[in-house]
Amino acid sequence: MTDITKEALMPPRSFLSQDAIQVFYRLLAALLICAVLAVLSDSFLSLGNILNVLRQASLTFFIASGLTLVVLTAGLDLSVGANVALSACIAGTVIHKTGSPALGILTGLACGGLVGLLNGVMVTALRIPSFIATYGMLWVLNGLTYWYMAGETLHGFPAGFRQIGSGYLLGLPIPVYLLLVFLGIGTFFAQRTIWGQEIYAIGANPVAARLSGIPVARRLLLVYAVSGTMAGLASIIFLSRLNSAEADIGESLTLPAIAAVLIGGTSLFGGVGTVFGTFIGALILTLVLNGMNLLSVSANWQPLVTGIIVILAVWLDMKTRRRTQ
Amino acid sequence: MSDALPIEVTSPTPLLELRGISKEFPGVKALDDVSFAVYPGEVHMLLGENGAGKSSLMKVLCGAYRADAGEFYYNGEKVAISSTADAQKLGIAVIFQEFSLVPYLDIAQNIFLGREPKGRIPGTIDRRRILADARRVLDTIGFDIDPSTTVDKLGVAQQQMVEIAKAISQNARILVMDEPTAALSDRETELLFALIARLKADGVSIVYISHRMAEVFALGDRITVLRDGRRIDGVKPADVSPDQLVRMMVGRNVDMTYPRNFADKPGELLLEVKGLSASTGISDINIEVRRGEIVGLCGLVGSGRSEVARAIFGADPVTSGEIVFDGKTISGEPDLAARRGIALIPESRKSEGLALLRSVSDNLVVSALKKLFPSGLFDQRSAQRTADGLIRQLRIATPSARQTVGLLSGGNQQKVVIGKWLAAGSKLFIFDEPTRGIDIGAKSEIFALIDRLVAEGAAALMISSEQIEICHVCDRAYVMREGRIAGHLTRNELTEENIVRLGMHHA
Repeated sequence: MTDITKEALMPPRSFLSQDAIQVFYRLLAALLICAVLAVLSDSFLSLGNILNVLRQASLTFFIASGLTLVVLTAGLDLSVGANVALSACIAGTVIHKTGSPALGILTGLACGGLVGLLNGVMVTALRIPSFIATYGMLWVLNGLTYWYMAGETLHGFPAGFRQIGSGYLLGLPIPVYLLLVFLGIGTFFAQRTIWGQEIYAIGANPVAARLSGIPVARRLLLVYAVSGTMAGLASIIFLSRLNSAEADIGESLTLPAIAAVLIGGTSLFGGVGTVFGTFIGALILTLVLNGMNLLSVSANWQPLVTGIIVILAVWLDMKTRRRTQ
Repeated sequence: MSDALPIEVTSPTPLLELRGISKEFPGVKALDDVSFAVYPGEVHMLLGENGAGKSSLMKVLCGAYRADAGEFYYNGEKVAISSTADAQKLGIAVIFQEFSLVPYLDIAQNIFLGREPKGRIPGTIDRRRILADARRVLDTIGFDIDPSTTVDKLGVAQQQMVEIAKAISQNARILVMDEPTAALSDRETELLFALIARLKADGVSIVYISHRMAEVFALGDRITVLRDGRRIDGVKPADVSPDQLVRMMVGRNVDMTYPRNFADKPGELLLEVKGLSASTGISDINIEVRRGEIVGLCGLVGSGRSEVARAIFGADPVTSGEIVFDGKTISGEPDLAARRGIALIPESRKSEGLALLRSVSDNLVVSALKKLFPSGLFDQRSAQRTADGLIRQLRIATPSARQTVGLLSGGNQQKVVIGKWLAAGSKLFIFDEPTRGIDIGAKSEIFALIDRLVAEGAAALMISSEQIEICHVCDRAYVMREGRIAGHLTRNELTEENIVRLGMHHA
């Protein structure tokens, strides 16, 4: 329906890309929330609180970063929380049995990655819609974890291992360093590698991607495996931070991670979004919850507020996108 | 049917008249003082390149757009068309290229969607009556089919018939058809033309948008030419030649014969398909394509042409046979075919060729990522430089490489699909209906481009439903019928009659 004259007269898209504009607005929103909280609460700007926010945000981010790649391909991974629980329990057992944190970490990552790969196989080889495949996987993993733990709690890990989740380096919590590292890796992977470009192309139009010579199935396998591995990484940090593992630790993780991805501007329809946006999404989510704590708002309100933010963020995105198209 | 007006084909009063219609969008005048009249029982051809304002005029007619200025007269009386309901009341119906049928409902339900006869129990449909009513409407347009067939089982041509039946059932007096034959085979086109003649005889006026010159002269009682949102002229087919019409449309001379340098001595064998069969319904396909050649693949829609293309490209699994490309037997997914140097320009560029919400640059480099960035590290600037080069080389009309590709016109989108394979350095280009929905100016550019490609040593296999294009452009052609190769035509044998003869089902 467009035409040459219309195109010629239309101003070229602004200097910033759509993604950059989205991230910019989100940063602005995060700063605005910070400003409001700083005015309303004396303790918000304390170093301790800020570090706390960052650490909290990092935990959501690890899970959400891998999930972002899945959502970029127009898929969804609902099994990340359950994956964290299983990986944490297995990694914890390995550390208890062998006394080697290194071995435990490797097992946790491998377990997470393997689960992700299985998700990928279901989506590509068996052609099960990702929503359903990973939803089924959620139950399977929960079942395995409950069976494996049999109501037990793993507790007490070597001090060195606990440093990962609770330690500080030069005044900053270690998870914050990990956050920066994986934010860098994730952004680099998505924006600066040809695999990243192919993932965006698959999300934008999987049929065209395949007919353009992109090995769609292999890239999807990779994406689900990465999502699982990031869940494995998150499991290690949880394990180390909580100094314990139970079968039910994953249950409250998946939905906040999805919220961070959506608040961060990644479209569930695929092809649009950034890992950096997801970081801001995790930050906004954490800031709001932190602010509610500081202002002594009952925790009962938190889910409601999260829901409103998700709906608001997605609605604003769709509005700006419609305007540019 | 309708309790219509008295019909007089020679009626001096137009059934519907538009005077001085203007429609402006931010930054562009889509319609500029356009006047347009439809008389009862005439076929009024609406001609113009993509972007000339045909679609906008159509949308104003059916009430989807509100004109900024101008007046409407129905049988000489001033009326307002400011909503689709207004247009419907006046008996104006539009058959869009994309049908608006519900696939899992049956024909009768689709025809009377939202107007179903009520059954005895509230909330139910009187099944017997809806089928009988549908049967009656289908009879009036001469479409012999069981109205309880679900629409998803129908072919494109049959769905179009249902759309027309739906319009007729709403007492449509003016039927606007947007490129109705674009997806039809020749036989189906003939049936449609017969139906149009029948509707005309009933006094229904038809506004017919077409890119095909032959139709304009075969069907049209009058022709209105639009260019850049203005009405250029209104003529009778008897008073103009195709060349004159083309000049009116483009405002310059365009050669419609697509001259090319035919390959006197084709190069080495590039593609050899031996006894290829696939589960998509093609069997025992034997094709050879040499460097420097444009080889046509024709036949009726549904004869298996696209399926052959997809099988060669690895998009559909092959059940038997062999594909030899550049001396090596190949098999596997499209990514392998693409890496070896095969390019597929699919039939539907929007759903199969492009990531519409990504930029021109992203789309142009997507097949060449490995080639452009062998280290695996992507660089946006370098990608844009490559894209800028292709935009210049292919003369893609876009404000910049960052423009969203979905905002380009059909012809320019097609150039982007071709461009991505140029970037990839492909050797064999398989074109599936490369000129569908593209205006005449862009068509000749696309053909010039294909000619240049093969002149430089590439090879092309071209599927087209426009036999005249095959005849003008191809060195030789294969004709398909019912999933098999029905025959081969050399340059000298390549005529429309021969293609039709080989492609037709045996009576």
